[in-house]
Amino acid sequence: MSCADRNGDSSGIAGPGPLPLVLDVNGTQHQIMVEPRTTLAEALRGPLGLTGTKIACNHGACSTCTVWLDGTPVAACSVLAVEVEGQRITTIEGLAQPGSLHPVQEAFIAHDAVQCGFCTPGLVLSCAALLARNPHPDRSDIESAISGHLCRCGTYPHVIEAMLDLSTRQDPDHG
Amino acid sequence: MDEDPPQRRKFPAGLAHLGLGEVEREVPSSEPPPLGPNASLQHIGRSPERWDARAKVTGAARYTVDVSLPGMLHAAVLRSPWPHACLRAIDLSRAAAAPGVRAVLELAEPLIPGEAPLLRYVGQPVAAVAAETPELAQAALQQIEVRYEPLPFTVDFGHARQPDAPAVYRTTELDKVPSATLPASASVYPLAGNVLGPERRGSRGDAAAGFAQAEVTVEATYHTPVQTHCCMEPHAVVASWHADGLDVWMSTQFTAGVRAQFARQFGLPLARVRVRADAIGGGFGSKSRMGVYGSAAAALSRLAGAPVRLVHQRDEEQMDAGNRPSSEQRLRIAARRDGTLTAISLHSYGSAGIAFGAGVGNVAAAMYDCPGLEAVHHDVFTHTGPACAMRGPGNTQGAFALEQSIDELAAKLDLDPLVLRDRIDPSQVRREERRIGAARIGWTRRHAPGAGTGTVRRGIGMAQSLWPANVQTNAACEVRLWRDGTVEVLSSVQDIGTGVGTVLAQVVAEELGLTPQDIHIRIGDTEYPSGPPSYGSRTTASITPPARTAAWRVRETLLRSVAAAWKVDPQSLVLGGRSVQLRGDAQRRLAWNEATAMLRTDRISATAGRADDYAGFRIRSGDAAIALNDLGGVQFAEVEVDTESGVIRVLRVVAVHDCGRPIHPAQIESQVQGGVLMGISFALMEERIMDPHTGWMLNPNLIDYKFAGPRDTPAIEVVLLEYYQGQSASDAYGISEPANIATAAAIANAVYNATGVRFRALPMTPAAVLETLGAAARRT
Repeated sequence: MSCADRNGDSSGIAGPGPLPLVLDVNGTQHQIMVEPRTTLAEALRGPLGLTGTKIACNHGACSTCTVWLDGTPVAACSVLAVEVEGQRITTIEGLAQPGSLHPVQEAFIAHDAVQCGFCTPGLVLSCAALLARNPHPDRSDIESAISGHLCRCGTYPHVIEAMLDLSTRQDPDHG
Repeated sequence: MDEDPPQRRKFPAGLAHLGLGEVEREVPSSEPPPLGPNASLQHIGRSPERWDARAKVTGAARYTVDVSLPGMLHAAVLRSPWPHACLRAIDLSRAAAAPGVRAVLELAEPLIPGEAPLLRYVGQPVAAVAAETPELAQAALQQIEVRYEPLPFTVDFGHARQPDAPAVYRTTELDKVPSATLPASASVYPLAGNVLGPERRGSRGDAAAGFAQAEVTVEATYHTPVQTHCCMEPHAVVASWHADGLDVWMSTQFTAGVRAQFARQFGLPLARVRVRADAIGGGFGSKSRMGVYGSAAAALSRLAGAPVRLVHQRDEEQMDAGNRPSSEQRLRIAARRDGTLTAISLHSYGSAGIAFGAGVGNVAAAMYDCPGLEAVHHDVFTHTGPACAMRGPGNTQGAFALEQSIDELAAKLDLDPLVLRDRIDPSQVRREERRIGAARIGWTRRHAPGAGTGTVRRGIGMAQSLWPANVQTNAACEVRLWRDGTVEVLSSVQDIGTGVGTVLAQVVAEELGLTPQDIHIRIGDTEYPSGPPSYGSRTTASITPPARTAAWRVRETLLRSVAAAWKVDPQSLVLGGRSVQLRGDAQRRLAWNEATAMLRTDRISATAGRADDYAGFRIRSGDAAIALNDLGGVQFAEVEVDTESGVIRVLRVVAVHDCGRPIHPAQIESQVQGGVLMGISFALMEERIMDPHTGWMLNPNLIDYKFAGPRDTPAIEVVLLEYYQGQSASDAYGISEPANIATAAAIANAVYNATGVRFRALPMTPAAVLETLGAAARRT
């Protein structure tokens, strides 16, 4: 397998072997080697060891693998790692300072909005992104923000309840 | 302790909201004293933070898919592209020599030794490879050379029953047919073509006489489709052979059970197989066994001398990770004018694919008083993936037919469906659930069936649930107390999302006068005492009594230590609020860790097993038993049917349930909401679609296979009864399955109420709704 350098290879085509990449994840620059076909979800879970990002369907149908790209939720299974160099990537591990919780995480705990938990990191990130752009979402805003998420355990009612609770607080502090 | 004479003890009994009485039971003296009702307790009956919620919301929880071991290899599975084929030849040598490949394994085996293996469904495992990366493993699959001889097949439930349909099995193979549910052999039934049976289960009385006496009869045929489990974490295993045996990490509902299966498969003693599952991303019945994927990972690991990870892709998950069998139920119910049932006849067919066990449960036999019952079931083999248990197996399909038939009978008798049920349902608990639910949903608003006009029509319906209160008697729990005051609760029981860890902490904290946060929870590891499976709604019922018993024994040992030091009678000591005190003497008081510091050794421990229910079990079979009283549950649904688009919207569900003593109301509410949502999906969306021309599943993904999302979620109001029976140290039973069983029928009855038209087949998709409404309009 050749290890084509994006700058050095005369054909100008990267891959198919691994190539170096710098990803800005949770505020830190990480240099990794991944094949061009590697999805962001795979790069996060593999070389970066950030297994809080889960892969459930791997075809963009369930939003389980949601991360933020420059603050916007995306399905990390449907983005290639090579596409996002230079963008700010936030994963569930980087949502709050180590040892502390984001208000959405606290609300999920308080309202038992967690069952098996596999889809939870993605739901938390979509909910936190909603709060960042709209501190007082109503039920419809919340349903819309999480409408792409699938949860087989059926945590939606408690997720919505948790978010409505946050929304109605006088002075929402959402990090 | 086992030889001590039994004692007569008084337990709280009855429904708490109606006022509790007492029941006296004869109890072994090795059991802890009766537990008061929840109102008298500190932690049980409240809703502390879920034990693993913090780990789950931060992404720190470790699932099997997250396990990474040094030198770990990645497996990929070659699967049959044919629904029915003879495997004429297979050559793994090129794959074995492919880059990065460390082991190859043939997986297709003949049922009858010496014959060429037959492949019986698309997606059936043929061979597996383990390689250094997932990509190299996938690439190596292309190097496996297989010569298939395609054979005629049938994937259609109707077609498979025709005499000329290609047969899935020969009679001589029946003892090898996998069972979808409990271990059983298909060979006890006759086989004609693909039709296995009849199985006559639960027949009683003289049904023919009952029909002869009938003043009113309802009769109809109901269909339910194949549903897939769709666990968000796919089936996953990491197997690692070492000098002493086998280590397995597995996303499983039953660590102890799969440990036994691995041990048997590989000829190892139980003590040399360790199965672990930290976090588990759902199961719903599909993750109860070792499976071909499990044994393949272990075999590859042994061959390669390295750990092997095998994780299903989503399409593998949809095609080969189990499913709920289809059903066709011809149900006939006879009654007198006053509603008294005289006979029920249920003729059912169902397909569990290449497996058997597609029966429709025992709701028709057990829900209502009826002297005559005739229940005849046939399984139908098809060339599709094997079914397995799925949330309320059998009863969920059965309730869809039964509860609509009872609704129809009520209409025919001109009786309110609740009034009819009050006459024929012997369960006093469900009677109360009906009363509460009716008030909550506003049953009096319900109009006559089909009385609504306009494009969008509203309706209210209800249906009932019934599920055996299962108990695993092979269920044990250890409680350890350390000299520094640390408390651990240990069991191999696993938390698949139900929150059993929290429940264990509550029970132990209650007994020791601590808080749930004080208790260290060590579960999901077969190095600990064998816990129950997380299926059959039996986990809480099976593990909380031994947890409390073990905690009580540790407590007694601790109190004896303090009493010896103080030279007082242990009976005179009071434990609670993190302290030990001499009764009536506030000066003689020790903080918790001062008391534990008096232990003679660093750590004391007690292990308890699940005692029998105090009044006995109704049925016992091997490691499992069924309690005297079934679990109930009544659900009410309000729906809106758009008669132009065919879209059914569920607006509201009121779910009234019982599970003995509720230990953690918030987690129980989560379970019930989940069951209701799965029921809404089953009612309106879910269906495995098979291509009759190729035998492939056409929707093996989460785009075309639909289940309920946030936008499909109605208001779900959960009402929990507190029901005491004095049956165990915790008196708690399960909830997961009853929460799912009634939902689809309640929705169908609401749709009938809205439109005046019966929907006897699932799923009620917009297309099906338009077709059914159109057909009904043409008839009138």
